[in-house]
Amino acid sequence: MLRFLTRRVLGAIVILLLISLVTYLLFFVLPADPAQLACGKNCSDPNILQSIRERMGLNQPILEQYWNFMRGIFVGRKMPDGQNCPAPCFGYSFADSQMIWPELKDRYPTTLSLAVGGSAAFLIIGVGLGLMAAWQQGKTFDRVASSISLIGNSVQIYFIGPLAIALFVNNLGWLHNGSDPDWGSHPLASLNGLILPCLVMSVIFWSNYSRQTRSLMVEQLGEDHIRTARAKGMGSKYVFFRYALRGAAASIITIFGIDLGSVFGGAIITEATFNLHGLGMLSVQAVAKEDLPMEMAVMLIGATAIVVFNIIVDAAYALIDPRIRLA
Amino acid sequence: MTIMTKPEAGSAPQDTEHFLSVRDLYVQFATEDGTVKAVDGLSFDLDRGRTLGIVGESGSGKSVSNMAILGLHNPRNTTIKGSISLDGQEIVGASDKTLQRLRGNKMAMIFQDSLTALSPYYTVGRQIAEPYMKHTGASKKAARARAVEMLAKVGIPHPQSRVDDYPHQFSGGMRQRAMIAMALVCDPDLVIADEPTTALDVTVQAQILDLLKDLQQETGTAIILITHDLGVIADTADDVVVMYSGRVVERGSVRDILKTPEHPYAWGLLGSIPRLSAPVDVPLMPIPGSPPSLLNPPPGCPFEARCAFSEHVPDNRCVTERPLLPPGRGSACHLTPEQKQTLFDEQIKPRLS
Repeated sequence: MLRFLTRRVLGAIVILLLISLVTYLLFFVLPADPAQLACGKNCSDPNILQSIRERMGLNQPILEQYWNFMRGIFVGRKMPDGQNCPAPCFGYSFADSQMIWPELKDRYPTTLSLAVGGSAAFLIIGVGLGLMAAWQQGKTFDRVASSISLIGNSVQIYFIGPLAIALFVNNLGWLHNGSDPDWGSHPLASLNGLILPCLVMSVIFWSNYSRQTRSLMVEQLGEDHIRTARAKGMGSKYVFFRYALRGAAASIITIFGIDLGSVFGGAIITEATFNLHGLGMLSVQAVAKEDLPMEMAVMLIGATAIVVFNIIVDAAYALIDPRIRLA
Repeated sequence: MTIMTKPEAGSAPQDTEHFLSVRDLYVQFATEDGTVKAVDGLSFDLDRGRTLGIVGESGSGKSVSNMAILGLHNPRNTTIKGSISLDGQEIVGASDKTLQRLRGNKMAMIFQDSLTALSPYYTVGRQIAEPYMKHTGASKKAARARAVEMLAKVGIPHPQSRVDDYPHQFSGGMRQRAMIAMALVCDPDLVIADEPTTALDVTVQAQILDLLKDLQQETGTAIILITHDLGVIADTADDVVVMYSGRVVERGSVRDILKTPEHPYAWGLLGSIPRLSAPVDVPLMPIPGSPPSLLNPPPGCPFEARCAFSEHVPDNRCVTERPLLPPGRGSACHLTPEQKQTLFDEQIKPRLS
């Protein structure tokens, strides 16, 4: 297991380095001149542009710039213009010349909480519904659950989001409206502010998971080793949860691993719907303002998050299926 | 046939009481196309310490009837009629709880394909220990020791360490042994072996069959051996029923079936076995055609369409009238005993030797 994990982590580091390199090169391959972008609109004097290039270090060789950028992330750096940028240093925003990391630090908890909370919500609700449907296979509950899933599958976050706010917050008053979490000082308020966004975000996912879980379970229940377990005299519940679910869980986790990218995408749409301030809104604004350093930082953080979650998914997968562990 | 029958505990009310008694068993599946009559009036008896061979081609209802003995069919789409009595306990219509207590404990099943029949997610040891813990209430530690003991018994080398292996780390023959260990862990009185050696090569096959025989001598278990391999039957069975299209078409001792078979289907089965002593230029005689549909079985003899001898029966009775199986040794065929004797001696026997 340890060797398996070590291999995965080493692989992930290589992937992240490649991603960072490609991202960094994009910075220069793009048609827009970074110095021009940093300078603003009415800036055509070549002398000013030249001085900006020097201040940003753009006149150095590209690989050296990349090296400095990467070093800055891990140990901090002195910017070419003499300013000190402590680790993790992602440079300065073009838009407001502020350091990027404090801004990111302020915003990533919202997105991360949404991604984790939303995933937990749709896994619990979706897999739970799927399990119940598989247990009641062919009976009324199964049919009702299938129909509900179909509805859930065909709605959008920005459609049910406002509806849910109107119903649960404004009319019934059961839940709090979405708010940015601050786990350090107000954990309870943070939780309250995330329940509705996470639930809304989960809707588009759990319908899929309930259907997948149901069909995976039905398939598993028809397997030979399930028949063997029953022939040994094991009870139906035991066989259902210990044998069938174990087999289905491996596939559910695989699907979850593939969905991770969409989960972060869903988190971003949810932020916009509930007017939360997370990385999603930040990156959308960065794109609109052509704020290259900010875009790069968000991209790197997003990629890192997905790679890290993938390692967790792989580890879970290996825990469930011994054949993976030893391969 | 010389294996001693374990004396019944207590007193048997009649001498006709058997350890396992299947009477007029019907198993039907509801499908979209109609009702599949997979087992159509099956009856047989089995005593302790004896081995009953069930032969027949694929789809003849061998496995389905034995799944019914374990009560493994899904009650939602399966109708089971008739009676299965195991040591006086009625299986048909028994509650799930009763069945769970019997399964793996008093009756156990050895499945065919050990790669799919064992769960890939749990160690071999755990899968063997599980029913032992459930049925005897043994502790985890005791059950593990028992699993090691069983693995040693079925001839797995280094059972102490192999007990923690997963099925995919075992070879095919070892998995089948583990499967047997799992079935026998609670010392069941009835073991149903569903083609236990089909997936194995011939040397391993012989080892597995020997193992089953040894274990039977030790514990006096009754064994049902399902197979389509008459060679396996010749080696291991005491009595044989030949199944065709969900019914028994012939019943007798292993010697009866192999030396003086009566039913044309049994003749066909014997005729399609290659023999080492036969001249190489004589072709094998496969049975032509395929079994009838189980959705709409023909009203007469199900074997009629493939039978080369139906013209010996007058009045087209093979098409219109279902032949009945007499009690005891006999076959379900409209041919008279004399006709069977003559036809077998003149047309079949020369081909078999």
